[in-house]
Amino acid sequence: MSTHPNLIAFTTITRREIVRILRIWPQTLLPSAITMTLYFVIFGKMVGSRIGDIVPGVGYIDFIVPGLIMMAVITNSYGNISSSFFGAKIGRHVEEMLASPMPSWVILTGYVTGSVLRGLLVAVIVLLISLFFTRIHLYHPLITFSTVLLTSIVFSLAGFVNAVYAKKFDDIALVPTFVLTPLTYLGGVFYSVNQLGTPWRQISHANPILYMVNAFRYGLLGISEISMGVAYGVMVGFAVVLTAVGLTLLDRGVGLRS
Amino acid sequence: MTPIPALDVVELKKTYANGVEALKGISLTVQPGDFFALLGPNGAGKSTLIGILSSLVNATSGDAKIFGVSIREQRSEAMRLIGLVPQELNFNMFEKPFDICVNQAGFYGIPRAEAAVRAEKYLKQLVLWDKAFGVARAMSGGMKRRLMIARAMMSEPRLLILDEPTAGVDIEIRRSMWKFVSAINAAGTTVILTTHYLEEAEQLCRNIAIIDKGRIIENTSMRTLLSKLDIETFVFDLVQPAANPPDIPGVRFTKIDDLTLEAEMARNHDLNSIFASLTAHGIAVRSMRNKANRLEELFVRLVDAGNAAPGKVAA
Repeated sequence: MSTHPNLIAFTTITRREIVRILRIWPQTLLPSAITMTLYFVIFGKMVGSRIGDIVPGVGYIDFIVPGLIMMAVITNSYGNISSSFFGAKIGRHVEEMLASPMPSWVILTGYVTGSVLRGLLVAVIVLLISLFFTRIHLYHPLITFSTVLLTSIVFSLAGFVNAVYAKKFDDIALVPTFVLTPLTYLGGVFYSVNQLGTPWRQISHANPILYMVNAFRYGLLGISEISMGVAYGVMVGFAVVLTAVGLTLLDRGVGLRS
Repeated sequence: MTPIPALDVVELKKTYANGVEALKGISLTVQPGDFFALLGPNGAGKSTLIGILSSLVNATSGDAKIFGVSIREQRSEAMRLIGLVPQELNFNMFEKPFDICVNQAGFYGIPRAEAAVRAEKYLKQLVLWDKAFGVARAMSGGMKRRLMIARAMMSEPRLLILDEPTAGVDIEIRRSMWKFVSAINAAGTTVILTTHYLEEAEQLCRNIAIIDKGRIIENTSMRTLLSKLDIETFVFDLVQPAANPPDIPGVRFTKIDDLTLEAEMARNHDLNSIFASLTAHGIAVRSMRNKANRLEELFVRLVDAGNAAPGKVAA
């Protein structure tokens, strides 16, 4: 049986992305390992040991592990696709794909898959590092995996949209610096939003990363400040909307075709 | 039965966001198996037309069919039939030429094993096999141009579009590229060529369209176009330096150097009378050749005529 041309095209893009990730591993895999190790040492061990349990029965380092893994997944998924697709745009080799018979959805899924694989790989690396500092009990494997997968998909799609609109390298650095980092830090990675007073607790609920971090924390630790239904609704909702935006941009050739 | 044209462009228009009308409703037909020249000055609309055909530029209106398949309605099917060698280098400089070719085939849905065989075949044919597993950016300019031809051939297209493929390439590599493309054309692939080297177009192409300011100002066979040239120029290489050329009615001599004369005359002018006059003036001719710039002369005239009277076709 012959393989469908779109499947071959999809695996071609995905393979190219994986080769790129592994070829430049000091830029793609190593930084998160180093950064997260520092977070575990400083916030988990040195500061965390003085904080004690942030939720009854859950030590501070255990509390921040899911958030730090999520932080790594978000930044890597977003950064991978935005730099790779924008690089293809600037280097003009995106034209190889645009002038080929591939439909837009194959291009989008190929790039998103590459980014998600990097996100998952980094998640595993950070999880393994965390085992040097604490013990992880996987409370709900399906929720853990589906949350990290959905989060990675959402931020890969967001990175793709950023790359499509970007005209210079500064444009792909702006969003991670001024949007992603603040949202991640304010998304309950290092603290419980229940500790916040009004109106900051309510305002925090407008941050989508809060739902992702909490869902992932529930999968790993069995604790959450957010309902799982709402969390999945937010993640799936963002994934659907961003997929539609990405496909529309590709179909119309925004920033790609004149 | 009339064969389905390799390319059938109908009233294609393109107006860019800044208001520039790059194509003002052009129509054009290229027959299967043709070696077709698409010429025009810089900014005439050639690259816009090629961009639309390869789906890198969105047309404002009109359509084009590749072997009967509409690029507007059946983009994917139409793209399967086209191979593009663009004017600008557009491959990933950090990848290996072999991977660039195999990935290109992958984008067209060609299985990896088959793609590897084709990559070896075309990289060898274009004398790039010894560079196949190095980094692409380390290759010379000529090699990069040949790599783009090899990449375009990976899908074995029925219509190959070459947009100034020999720009900045030395003569030896240019000849080897044309030998390859001529062989591809002889094997049945329709070729559309844009070039600023008009001698190339004259030697290689059977049919021609000249585009200027977004309009087709000439579309005919190369032979018909060249036959419109009513003046011919011959170059005489002399045995010894000549003082001044003779005065012959209907012939304009230009002294290029002491040993070279150029004679411009009507196509039907009698050459014997010229030789007789030269001999009478003691000028011995060692050899004579036709100046190979006929197409260039026509091209300049057509474009100049278009500039003098926009919309009027002249020859």
